[in-house]
Amino acid sequence: MSVTAVITDTAPAGRRQGRRALRRLLRRPPAVAGLAGVVVVILIAITAPWISPYGPLQVHYTDVLAGPFSPGHLLGTDDLGRDILSRILWGARVSVLEGVGATAIAAVIAVTIGIVAGYYRGWVDGIFMRLNDVVLSFPFIILAVGLAAILGPSLVNAMIALAVGLIPVFLRVSRGEMLSIREEDYVAAAVVNGAGLRTVLFRHALPNMISPLSVQVTVAIPGAIIGAAVLSFLGLGVQPPTADWGSMLSEAQSYLSRAPTFAVFPGLAIALTTMSFNLLGDGLRDVLDPRG
Amino acid sequence: MRWYVLRRLGASVLTLLLSSIVVFIGIRALPGSPAIALSGENASPKILAVINAEFGLDKPLPVQYADWIGQVVRGNLGTSVANGLTVRSELAQRIPITFELAALALLVAFVVGIPAGVLAAARRNTASDYAVTTVSLLGLSVPSFWLGLLLITGFAVHLSWLPASGFVPFLQSPLGNLEHMIMPAFVVGIGLAAVIMRQLRSGLLESLGADYVRTARAKGMSEFRVVCVHALRNGVLTVVTVVGLQLGLLISGVVITEEIFVMPGLGQLTLESVFSRDYPTLEGVVLLTATGYIVVNVLVDIAYSILNPRIRVTGDAE
Repeated sequence: MSVTAVITDTAPAGRRQGRRALRRLLRRPPAVAGLAGVVVVILIAITAPWISPYGPLQVHYTDVLAGPFSPGHLLGTDDLGRDILSRILWGARVSVLEGVGATAIAAVIAVTIGIVAGYYRGWVDGIFMRLNDVVLSFPFIILAVGLAAILGPSLVNAMIALAVGLIPVFLRVSRGEMLSIREEDYVAAAVVNGAGLRTVLFRHALPNMISPLSVQVTVAIPGAIIGAAVLSFLGLGVQPPTADWGSMLSEAQSYLSRAPTFAVFPGLAIALTTMSFNLLGDGLRDVLDPRG
Repeated sequence: MRWYVLRRLGASVLTLLLSSIVVFIGIRALPGSPAIALSGENASPKILAVINAEFGLDKPLPVQYADWIGQVVRGNLGTSVANGLTVRSELAQRIPITFELAALALLVAFVVGIPAGVLAAARRNTASDYAVTTVSLLGLSVPSFWLGLLLITGFAVHLSWLPASGFVPFLQSPLGNLEHMIMPAFVVGIGLAAVIMRQLRSGLLESLGADYVRTARAKGMSEFRVVCVHALRNGVLTVVTVVGLQLGLLISGVVITEEIFVMPGLGQLTLESVFSRDYPTLEGVVLLTATGYIVVNVLVDIAYSILNPRIRVTGDAE
């Protein structure tokens, strides 16, 4: 009876800790700024069709390569006369989707493997760790470029390519956490209590590694957003004419002398987005990581 | 210690072998083939067969792999499908460019990152700490290829101070070489500097709270000596690890920067050979990168275990 009491108590305790961590996070101005930035970018991504002054593909033949603050176009127009502000607002969709999507795919796959490998150890662990070393032996961008080229250029494929590159970090963290969690008394108690493997791994172990994992998530998302921009820049990601920050920079590259501000705004959008995630990530790390 | 090094080396050789298989299969999984890239989409099957036979691409995959790896071990990386040059001479031509860029970028990273990290830690929670921390966060968030485009717009297109693209060998014109290298090295180096600064700052803050630092201060040692001699010695450990871990960041930065500044280095060769389906060249350059990456990581691990003996005992228990 007392054992079950201890076990059922873990979930609410975790939620209470989460609320306390959130309160501590909200006392840090940089973290609040980051959180606000992240919320704004997500809101822009959702509401792009309603807040954009023009459609992302709408061309204005009379206003080609207009500078910023020109009439009707706050941030100017691109080489086809499309409104840059509208394309940036629509581009938030692609970036958020790719950054969050790639991170989510990587986290789900890697954490599942990491938990199982860390729990069983032995040869299962050995095989996955060797495979992990192989993935790690290729620099992130070379792996992403290679996979994107193999799969063919598209939004989903770029997301998958980036996700594979992100797997090692999540695998290392979740396996490391599992190695220490499996020695905890509550795991032994759950097993003795007759809990099935899935219950032990996902109901008891997983909630206890949420802190380090959420720090990794906020580190991985900005990395994936920049990676996605690089892939589109190289023509291996989202294909034109879709509005996307990386492809906009690649188009702007040909007009650096004629329209120098064309390249400024899409890059600024990437930088502000990644900066918001980084600020939030730093705050989370301070609040959640006991080692500081 | 010797056992630790040997075990670490053995594991790397195995990883490298597995990586070579992944590279080999991955490259053949690219859509299209060198034959199609050479003769066009509409070439007759006969022509494709002739080209495939010439490069040995008609053999079964395991045989192709065995042939290739057998030659690689003997130092022969094959011949480029795209231009007929040997892959080795192609790599030899491009390695110095990439190495120079990487070395200068590391120089920028150290020269900017280490003093900034020390300053931020020594003057914790002052205006200079906040300034340095903010700038480093910017350096971390700004995509390097965008920074490259901005620098080209400013310093090449508008001010005409520096060339926008290309490369001049050092021996041909030392000044021209440097002019071409400044912007790319800055672009790659500044991102690394941000990472080094952040890690060094938190590493130093940790050692500044340690007992031996309090003792040093109690002895009346100058603050400069406390920070730069006692605390920094431990901070070096952090920098060594960071450089090892961020080698991937360095390589990624170099690849994309070479593309932006049109520098004929390894990064550009990688992208070129991906697009032209030049199997032998791509295999050579990716294998070279993976080898370098693995070797540096082993060296970092060994350096780390020398600098911090506790690692040797716990080994890879992470």
